Amino acid sequence: MIELKNIHKVFNKGEANEVVALHNLSLTIQKGEFAVVIGSNGSGKTTLLNIISGAELCSAGSVTINHTNVTRYREYHRSKWIARVFQNPLSGTAPNLSILDNFRLAALRTTSKKLTIGINDAFKKQVQEKIAALGMGLENKVEQPMGTLSGGQRQALTLLMSVMDNTDILLLDEPTAALDPKSSNVVMQTADTLIKQYNLTALLITHNLKDANQYGTRLIQMAEGNILRDINSAEKTKLQLQNMFGWFA
Amino acid sequence: MDFYITAIMLGLCLSSMSLGIFISMKIFNIPDITTDGSYTLGAVVTAILLTAHWHAAAIIPVVMACGAVAGSLTALIHTRLKIDALLAGILVMTGLYSINLIVLGRSNVPLINVSTLFSKIHFFSNQGYNDALAALLFIGIILCIVTFILKTDFGIAMRATGDSPSMTRSLGVNTNTMKIIGLAIANSLTALSGYLVAQYQNFTDINMGIGIVITGLGSVLIGDALISWWKIRSILWQLVVVLCGSIIFQMVLAVTLSVGVDPNLLKLVTAIFVLLIVSIPRLKLNLRQ
Repeated sequence: MIELKNIHKVFNKGEANEVVALHNLSLTIQKGEFAVVIGSNGSGKTTLLNIISGAELCSAGSVTINHTNVTRYREYHRSKWIARVFQNPLSGTAPNLSILDNFRLAALRTTSKKLTIGINDAFKKQVQEKIAALGMGLENKVEQPMGTLSGGQRQALTLLMSVMDNTDILLLDEPTAALDPKSSNVVMQTADTLIKQYNLTALLITHNLKDANQYGTRLIQMAEGNILRDINSAEKTKLQLQNMFGWFA
Repeated sequence: MDFYITAIMLGLCLSSMSLGIFISMKIFNIPDITTDGSYTLGAVVTAILLTAHWHAAAIIPVVMACGAVAGSLTALIHTRLKIDALLAGILVMTGLYSINLIVLGRSNVPLINVSTLFSKIHFFSNQGYNDALAALLFIGIILCIVTFILKTDFGIAMRATGDSPSMTRSLGVNTNTMKIIGLAIANSLTALSGYLVAQYQNFTDINMGIGIVITGLGSVLIGDALISWWKIRSILWQLVVVLCGSIIFQMVLAVTLSVGVDPNLLKLVTAIFVLLIVSIPRLKLNLRQ
């Protein structure tokens, strides 16, 4: 569960180029809820995600995850609960490390990285089985550097990596923005399946209204650093795609 | 012939530094200039403790600790004060020059009548072979330790830090702490090169570290060229190739001297040689386009 209370975020405070990115925003996302966040550029979507992940700390307000106040926790500290998929496929994976190394690090997201060799045959087999489920034929390439794969493949693997360790919250920042339509579909469906399978609390930022309509159990539209619309599951299923286009008029 | 054996020995002694620079430059993506200072620091500490009749083996942890302190200082300036890594390294290197001079007491200390690492091995009748055996054993052990560290879970986190910082942070790694540990390891390896060279050449000189970072960079670049040429993925073999890069570098310098180039031009030759190694892959690329 994520609880945001009266969040303020100001960039370049006191300077000529001061920007108020989030303005007194409060939001609670329940366990197992899959919230989709839409909104124009500059409406504060990415800042919201960064405040939750700890990549940015808020100027005022409080962030609570599973009843723990994490307002001042840094990103590497909040990784105990949170897994992330970035907009840029290059940000979520290490290109010069092998797929196996990437998965090994992901499997240790919530624990310390010790001076022991953790990659063995059993671990390799476990990773191969998970990757085989994607149906991309990557299971025999786990020794290859991540950088040799396409953006879509890397995003799909990043999703798998996010559930290698205990995960409560999955943050998806426009995961398909850099992908072609076919890869986008694979990534979105993989995300949806994993969220349901592991009962994750998820937050997806997207500019694709079709995805926003199709996926998720809650729809949030942001504008000028706050929440403009908040639509629950029952209303969301009735929502027509055409009506959504009108929101951006 | 002796001339070339000396070059190989020097290459072996300096290969520890090359491994250090490989860690800072290739794994962490940080250009670390602290090297000039921490290399001399290693040699200075070695000279002081050897003349105080310490056992050569007992000096090793002290040398490594001193190098680690120098490296973490650079990393602390870089990560906490957000100062460019290059500048942070130059600051620490410059400061270390004075510290080295104060610790050494004078600009040059000979190590003639002391028992060094190399005088401990009497396997062969030829002292040259004994020296080579000692250096090989020493570097072999370092190679195994560094390989092991890089293969562990901690090592994966180290390698990921330089490769994809955003991903590494999101996977629960404090990348700033990693950089501090990484530069500490890199500079303790560099200090070990100072330890070896001081004992091999039987003196420590306050100026012995000037420009040594270029030697290290050149060795790593040679190694790196071979790594991408042969597409080496195994960490052990990557490090072995970097080690060979260090020996190749010294051999090239030896050949240069033996064909009669003025020794005063040695630094210039070194710089041009490194420039060549860096530019050849790019020139090739341009030709292809």
